[in-house]
Amino acid sequence: MKVTIRNPRRELEIEGPIRVRDLVSSLGFHRDAVLVIVDGRLVTDDTTITDDADVEIRRVISGGDV
Amino acid sequence: MCRGAPVIDLRQHNAAFCEEHFLRFCRSQVTKTIEKHQMFGPTDRILVAVSGGKDSLALWDMLDELGYTTEGLTIGLGIDNYSDQSTEMTRRFAAERGLALQVVDLAATYGFSVPDAAGRTGRVPCSACGLSKRHVFDQVAREGGFDVVVTGHNLDDEAAVLFGNVMRWQDDYLGRQRPVLAEGDGFPRKAKPLVRLTERETAAWCLLRGIDYVLDECPMADGNNHLAYKELLNTLEERTPGAKQDFYLGFLRQGLRHFEQGSDTARTDLRACEECGAPTSADRCSFCRLRERASTTSVTVELGSTKHPTGATS
Repeated sequence: MKVTIRNPRRELEIEGPIRVRDLVSSLGFHRDAVLVIVDGRLVTDDTTITDDADVEIRRVISGGDV
Repeated sequence: MCRGAPVIDLRQHNAAFCEEHFLRFCRSQVTKTIEKHQMFGPTDRILVAVSGGKDSLALWDMLDELGYTTEGLTIGLGIDNYSDQSTEMTRRFAAERGLALQVVDLAATYGFSVPDAAGRTGRVPCSACGLSKRHVFDQVAREGGFDVVVTGHNLDDEAAVLFGNVMRWQDDYLGRQRPVLAEGDGFPRKAKPLVRLTERETAAWCLLRGIDYVLDECPMADGNNHLAYKELLNTLEERTPGAKQDFYLGFLRQGLRHFEQGSDTARTDLRACEECGAPTSADRCSFCRLRERASTTSVTVELGSTKHPTGATS
């Protein structure tokens, strides 16, 4: 499956199927720091992603001096 | 029991939500915050500080959806493409919804950009940026007669700031870390209606509501302590869901009152800045001193010259 990581952008090829929770931890992200979007839809941690899916991992941490 | 497809799990609430119930959850958290802290009422004029990022656009969207009277204010910071993109995203958001937006360009109005300020004064970029934004928000609110300025600070922001303030035991900052600051001494009322929502939740709100926001991080913020504190707190959250919420909301319930007294007395010696009239404890305010050092040319400060109605600029 193609995995696009946003902010900053990079692309990876990862073998599926894989659960969202396992994908996020294998890439070293905190679960609270990302949203996972599969084929354009927001999904939960226990969703299994099939090998033909298009996946976006969107980082959500932001901020300078607030 | 809800039969909708779950789209997000919120481990601090030990629950997964479908789209409809998640959006309802966000609205209820914001409404609860506004009412509990008496931030503003249905007839107040609200100035929304907008950056083009997920938090401020989610906030503006929610307040507009809840029926409040809002106007946006965005500041062109002059940080390369990042600022241009941020302003463009904000203009598009406002135009699509028919919302009023003021755009103040720092360089055109005050003669310097954030990179200028950092380069010419040696000040940390985030510090110069924060000082400039607060000054412009206050000035526009004062001159425009707004009842309150609202910002998109979320739970992660507030928990990270609290963590930093505790690390350095900055009791004056701790005493002022409230979700709403009353108006007075020439300052407008300021409120943070998103303090019960995490930034993952505000990002999900934008995604589900079809709001395009600036995904790139500010290139000048890289490596600052605020981001490091967020990482640390998310590490803790991973082990103990709800840790950030307990830390921040627990501070509001039990910790804040121990620091408030000192912070209130700190504002009694304020007078008007000789140059711009903003409240300050010195002859000239911090912003005017920064402007003098950061700008290369003399400029006349007339906010009206950079004030655009949304429709005329998009």
